[in-house]
Amino acid sequence: MTVTATESAESTRAPGGLRPSMTPARLLKSHGALIAIAVLAYLLLVWAPGSMTAFRLGNLGKYCALALASMGIGLAWGRGGMLVMGQGVFFGLGGYAMAMHMKLEAAGPGQVPDFMVLYGDGTMPGWWEPFRSGAFTIFAIIALPALTSFILGYAILKRKVKGAYLAILTQALAVAFATLLIATIKQTGGFNGLNTFTTFFGHNLYDPEVKKNVYRIAAGLVILFLVILWQIYRSRYGELLIATRDAEERIRFLGYDPANIKLVSFIVAAVMASVGGAIFVPIVGIISPSSVDASASILLIAGVALGGRASLLGPALGAIAVGYGRSSLSERFPTQWTYFQGALFILVVLFLPGGAASLTSRLRSLLSRVRSVRPATSRRVDVAPAAPAVHVEPEALA
Amino acid sequence: MDVLTTPLLTGTATGAILLLAALGLTLTFGQMGVINMANGEFLMVGAYVAYMTQQVISSTGISTVVALPMAFIVAGLLGLVLEVTVIQWMYRRPLDTLLVTVGVSLVLQQLAQDIFGAQGDPVSAPSWLGGRITVFGYEWPHRQLFTIVLAAGALAALNAVLKYSSFGRQIRATVQNRELAETMGVSTRNVDRITFFVGSGLAGVGGVAIALISGTNPNLGTSYIIPAFLVVVVGGVGQLKGTVLAAWAVGVVTAFLTDWTSGSWAQVVTFALVVLFLTVRPQGFFTVRTRSLA
Repeated sequence: MTVTATESAESTRAPGGLRPSMTPARLLKSHGALIAIAVLAYLLLVWAPGSMTAFRLGNLGKYCALALASMGIGLAWGRGGMLVMGQGVFFGLGGYAMAMHMKLEAAGPGQVPDFMVLYGDGTMPGWWEPFRSGAFTIFAIIALPALTSFILGYAILKRKVKGAYLAILTQALAVAFATLLIATIKQTGGFNGLNTFTTFFGHNLYDPEVKKNVYRIAAGLVILFLVILWQIYRSRYGELLIATRDAEERIRFLGYDPANIKLVSFIVAAVMASVGGAIFVPIVGIISPSSVDASASILLIAGVALGGRASLLGPALGAIAVGYGRSSLSERFPTQWTYFQGALFILVVLFLPGGAASLTSRLRSLLSRVRSVRPATSRRVDVAPAAPAVHVEPEALA
Repeated sequence: MDVLTTPLLTGTATGAILLLAALGLTLTFGQMGVINMANGEFLMVGAYVAYMTQQVISSTGISTVVALPMAFIVAGLLGLVLEVTVIQWMYRRPLDTLLVTVGVSLVLQQLAQDIFGAQGDPVSAPSWLGGRITVFGYEWPHRQLFTIVLAAGALAALNAVLKYSSFGRQIRATVQNRELAETMGVSTRNVDRITFFVGSGLAGVGGVAIALISGTNPNLGTSYIIPAFLVVVVGGVGQLKGTVLAAWAVGVVTAFLTDWTSGSWAQVVTFALVVLFLTVRPQGFFTVRTRSLA
């Protein structure tokens, strides 16, 4: 079992909310996650806009957009046991939907985007037309990934495709998606993607205040989805999801359909990636196949693995850390970033499968092992136990 | 006639390369549950071995013949190193091996780029591979035929080893039931290592064939690894005949789709077909019947 002490304590907590008789210690234990989210909210929404330069703030906004996708992976992989390696596709669906809208905004009413005149004959495909409407775009950012992930997830999860198969299939999806984008240069801008936007829902994107507000939206979305995830994780559904991850057959015998349970988290993860992609576009100013392909999807996973896949805050913080690491390392050592990324995967997965979030519990178990004389118990920190043996850590029951 | 034979023949050649890449995958996946995403990079290593032997031996004919066993050994040894240093610590977490080997493949790609440069290098094929043979009106390059011969040879050798040698029996026993094989005195750890060596080596041989067709490239493996995995998924795990059939099917279907539409649509449609296929036959073409629930 992988849930750390605080997490399981808060998720097994009886519903009913705060009671006045709670001591501060118990309050911290049951609502520590919320307090941490509040601290993060202060840092992202109050401290950062006040003290960071516009450039750094833009970068942080980009990491927030990526963090949204990573948080979705945390839900699907950390809690649901589905290693989704193609979240770039959903990131791209949201990103391209937003970019299409902004492109049409830049072109002006009745006009077609510039690249269509450049590469094509200046006619716009019919499916671009609805994206002139901002309301439809926002609807599409939610509905497109939800529908796509539902169809795909239904097809493969219902047939009990899981584990490595699922990982490979989702990665193949990302490869196919990126190739398709590159091939359809007249409709999607091809390899160059969509860029050179001027306005974001009518606001001038070159205005520093607008930029700051776009950042605030990105950071706000991170906080919003963290709260949503917190609620999911402590809900009955969150428990079921973990149970499905750890002992799928038992869940089946208990009368649930594991496919449905997993499908929900697959769809939520897809929508989160799409929302991340949508807010990525006004911040970065470009969306291209290289930010949605297989290697982009793998980079998203790097943040999740580093932060801790099963924890609430881990994926978001990990994604921000990987983003920072990437930009600062590639400033200093332009070609070495790939080595770092490779080493990150190898070292983190090999030595710290629970990510940075498991550091404290690992240290604690290491300390207690050193202190106590009793022989080492088979305490495992595996995120995905090989055999679905139910093995409750003593501290999880505390 | 051309519309049928051309994609059929080129597709079969692609299938042959996919088979060489997928054989190692299906062996290690079936036996150890290990997903080796770095297998594509062993193709790349094989291609660079072909390039380097050509730098040393100027005669293209001899260098190709030398490159084949060299590629097998070099890629195989690399695979063995990977197994000993990383994979063996992760047998209890098969899904995690996928991520670790993703990291390994990133490192290997960057290494190749730093050593040989980001640009690919051409590898010239020997003269006896330069010709074309006319099959039903299609001028079929010898190189494609060579790939098929190579894959067929590797397959025959592997099949013979698996079927008739005592070591092959040990591999099959480990694939079918690891614990039982252990109780019968099979050193499954040794079997694992050698399987890894053989699987990676086969990918290296496939790399030589790729080098003869399209030269070397640091990112050569990335374009083959996903189709190779789709082959494993479609073929069923740990099954030679399934892998062969699936490799041929994926190669030919992609070639036909490329002919009818375009290379990129072919990829998308192939992917959709694989997903559809899995909803019909989630275990692949062939599967070992077990009593397990999953």
